[in-house]
Amino acid sequence: MKTCLVIDDSRVIRKVARRILEDLGYEVAEAADGAEGMAWCGAEMPDAILLDWNMPVMTGIEFLRRLRAEPGGDKPVVVFCTVENDLAHIQEALDAGADEYIMKPFDGDIVMGKLVEAGL
Amino acid sequence: MTPEEIAQVVSLCRARAGLKVAPDKTYLIESRLSPVARREGFDSISDLLAALRARREDALVWSVVEGMAAGETAFFRDRTPFQQFRDEMAPQLAKARGGAPIRVWSAACATGQEVYSLAMLVGELAEADPALRIELAASDLSRRALDRAQAGVYTQLEVQRGLPIRLLVRHFEKEGEQWKLAADVRARVRWRRINLIAGLRQIGRFDVVFCRYVLGHMTEEAQRKVLEDLTCVVPTDGFLVLGAKERITGLGDTFQPIVGRPGLFRRNPQHQEAAA
Repeated sequence: MKTCLVIDDSRVIRKVARRILEDLGYEVAEAADGAEGMAWCGAEMPDAILLDWNMPVMTGIEFLRRLRAEPGGDKPVVVFCTVENDLAHIQEALDAGADEYIMKPFDGDIVMGKLVEAGL
Repeated sequence: MTPEEIAQVVSLCRARAGLKVAPDKTYLIESRLSPVARREGFDSISDLLAALRARREDALVWSVVEGMAAGETAFFRDRTPFQQFRDEMAPQLAKARGGAPIRVWSAACATGQEVYSLAMLVGELAEADPALRIELAASDLSRRALDRAQAGVYTQLEVQRGLPIRLLVRHFEKEGEQWKLAADVRARVRWRRINLIAGLRQIGRFDVVFCRYVLGHMTEEAQRKVLEDLTCVVPTDGFLVLGAKERITGLGDTFQPIVGRPGLFRRNPQHQEAAA
């Protein structure tokens, strides 16, 4: 079973994402900010990461830069999932190593399509 | 809606566009026609249909038929046909045409996502091989859909259905909360209003015809006519592209599926052209 780590400070979004991902057959783990996300990845790299941008403690973009510098950190497919919807943010995310990008609000079809797009 | 009103819509759609409207899907008919009624200044669908019975105004008839024809579409829908176009159809045809342009038609293009997906691919192909010439045409029954398609402006939801983020960054500009496709991609497409059942024999040759998720919405008679006419459009080495699960068995012997390539069809060499 493929694993997906959902990093978002909103419990509601994590719950919505979990339901969508479980329907797609993923085993889901949750983290409330980038630092918690790094702890998860330190223990075991997931196959995919759904990543919010604005979070306390460590933002999504900071998390992504650190992740990609870690050994094995190039492996997870990272899909940003954020309210930031301008080209500058999207470009910054791609430059930092994001594979795909979802602009909130999203639905199950979008999440599924983007994961497929990212190669899963 | 009354059974008489439903019958009126069903028969209009069949007569004008060969559309098959299921009379039991009242909800669908109402959800399609409510916005049409509002737009045309009527208080209800009943008022709209009464006006149609009173004066058979062509523009009004078409707004009803076009409203019922509105189809669903998405960028790179089903993915595979676009890969097959890039990796198989275009290279084969380029070789066969020897420098003459490959002509591609997106029939019933709705709001244009399919043909623009092709336009983005064609841009990539042209970068790799500047000698490659591919002409793209798109048509729809609905002028409103064509206007939207030509504008190339999409909602945030629409650009997230099937469009890889790198292509969004590369080819779109943000305009308020909408996304506008770049002029160079839009300029690759020629647009025309075409009613598929009005006869296709004069529209010229197209090496590849994308006609996906269209026939299934038509009456059997209309499907047969469209397929028959398409034999005058698609050359023997060309391709007809239908939806991956669409079948044309029982609709005559005009085209044959290509084995191992769901949705791709070729002209049947044994087919005898019906007397026009």
